[in-house]
Amino acid sequence: MSETFILIPGRTSDQGCGISEGKFQEKYQREINSLQVAPGDMTKLGLVAGDRVRLTSESGQVEVSVVVAKAEELPQGMLFIAYGNISSQLMGGDTHGSGMPTSKGIDVELEVLRPSAN
Amino acid sequence: MSAQATAAVADPKADESLKVIQDATCTFCGCVCDDIDLTVKDNHIVEAKRACVLGKAWFLNHKTEDRPSCLVDGQPAPLEAGYDRAAQILVNGKYPIIYGLSDSPCEAQRVAVSIADWVNGTIDTTTSVCHGPSGMAFQGVGEVTCSLGEVINRGDMIIFWGSNPAESHPRHFTKYSLMPKGMFLPNGRKDRTCVLVDVRKTKSAKAADIFVQIKPRADFEGLWTLRALAKGVDLDPVIVKRDTGVELSLWQDLMARMKACKFGVIFFGMGLTMTRGKHANSEALLALTRDMNAFTRFVAKPNRGHGNVTGADNVVSWRTGYPFGVNHSRGYPRFNPGEYTTSDTLANGEADSGMTIACDPMANFSEPARRHLASIPYIALDTKETPTTRAAAVAFTVATYGIHTGGTVYRMDDVPIPLRPSCESPNPSDFEVLSQIERRVKKLVGITS
Ligand code: SF4
Repeated sequence: MSETFILIPGRTSDQGCGISEGKFQEKYQREINSLQVAPGDMTKLGLVAGDRVRLTSESGQVEVSVVVAKAEELPQGMLFIAYGNISSQLMGGDTHGSGMPTSKGIDVELEVLRPSAN
Repeated sequence: MSAQATAAVADPKADESLKVIQDATCTFCGCVCDDIDLTVKDNHIVEAKRACVLGKAWFLNHKTEDRPSCLVDGQPAPLEAGYDRAAQILVNGKYPIIYGLSDSPCEAQRVAVSIADWVNGTIDTTTSVCHGPSGMAFQGVGEVTCSLGEVINRGDMIIFWGSNPAESHPRHFTKYSLMPKGMFLPNGRKDRTCVLVDVRKTKSAKAADIFVQIKPRADFEGLWTLRALAKGVDLDPVIVKRDTGVELSLWQDLMARMKACKFGVIFFGMGLTMTRGKHANSEALLALTRDMNAFTRFVAKPNRGHGNVTGADNVVSWRTGYPFGVNHSRGYPRFNPGEYTTSDTLANGEADSGMTIACDPMANFSEPARRHLASIPYIALDTKETPTTRAAAVAFTVATYGIHTGGTVYRMDDVPIPLRPSCESPNPSDFEVLSQIERRVKKLVGITS
């Protein structure tokens, strides 16, 4: 079963620091591979931090682990991920005549890969 | 020991081996803070006073990687061999592209534009996937602008729209936009009203007096609502709430405050340019800013990301007449975002050779664009190993601008700032690499001057 969300990729402090520390280092990789999910959506989907999910957009598919978004930061129905290799795989190649692929506000289907035991 | 831990014991007075560089320039983000005091020991920065968390990570992790200065087909090679091969790749291509440049000083950017010209190639910068849509909007609507100095001294209403400086430009609030005491704002933060408009309640919301949470992909509708209110148009509260996710009364209150302020500033980010609507979103914001000048003084400024992305716009503009996405295949510059921009030349499979400078399209571009880049010969210049340098035919490890090399960068408000290098690098600068490639390109295409 999958649910539809709007994904917002964006900058974070750890992602920014990770660029300087090295893109193959653990900090950067952990940050760009973590999907933030609103607390209400975590409960609804039966997820706990660390569970794996699959995101599918019109243009690509990725698998990431989830973390709980800080209280109020993210409304339900919206997901956040730090910019990087993973978020870019969900972008399409078309720029609609602007040079800029749609990189924020991407429609994605979320599928739980490993639901928590409880 | 971590860099941070080393920093804690650095005391230039107690240790004569320490060198202090005052007022060094941080080039990690578009704030380009030029008040950083660096403490250097054994050619390594151990402290970066006044730098934010991103600036500290930038300065304290600059150490030269244990990597050859030049790799050809993944194998270590002499620099000369790399320069020769690079020139051949660019000259032999029918549709060579040059891309990146937002983390290079203006002097290196200038040489990159020349190379694009000599090989009838396309030059584009990371602006095209940052504020490129705003660049298009500036041409359509115009830009009511000012320097950050004016923001410090006059800005009594500061609006951030689709931008999260708390995480992307951490000293923005304290150095330029909210906290400073200015000539006409003697009480600093108390004299300013701060509004944040975003789809998420980001970390920047803590700094704002008013947070407006709009519906995702409704920036244009929100901005058009404000334009209508500025002109006194009656709006239906049900439709406004449906289209923007925000009550009409909140928009009305915001417009009343905007009209009442003395000097309003809208800083806008990639929440506008990367979301559906793109240049139309930026156009709406610039048009609103223009409209507001019928009532009071209002300006708009894009919050630029990379340290010298603003310089890239300036240099490409004064060399070609256009800010990014410029094609020279007919022997003169043509500008067409969506055609000559790198996301397009790659995803459409048009480019047949390339050079990337201080950027990482193999990690940041769409799948079709990456696949195509991986299939063509290209040269990559970067200070660190990245997915892009790994797949390059020729990869140069270059010195870091602002740490190892000098030059000029442009702050996000188009103010040029000099760099004060603090350490030495065994690697050549990107200016040096590009100059060597240019010399060989000119020879190959028969230009003797
Ligand atoms: S705000 Fe930007 S330029 Fe200033 S210290 Fe931080 S990262 Fe560097």
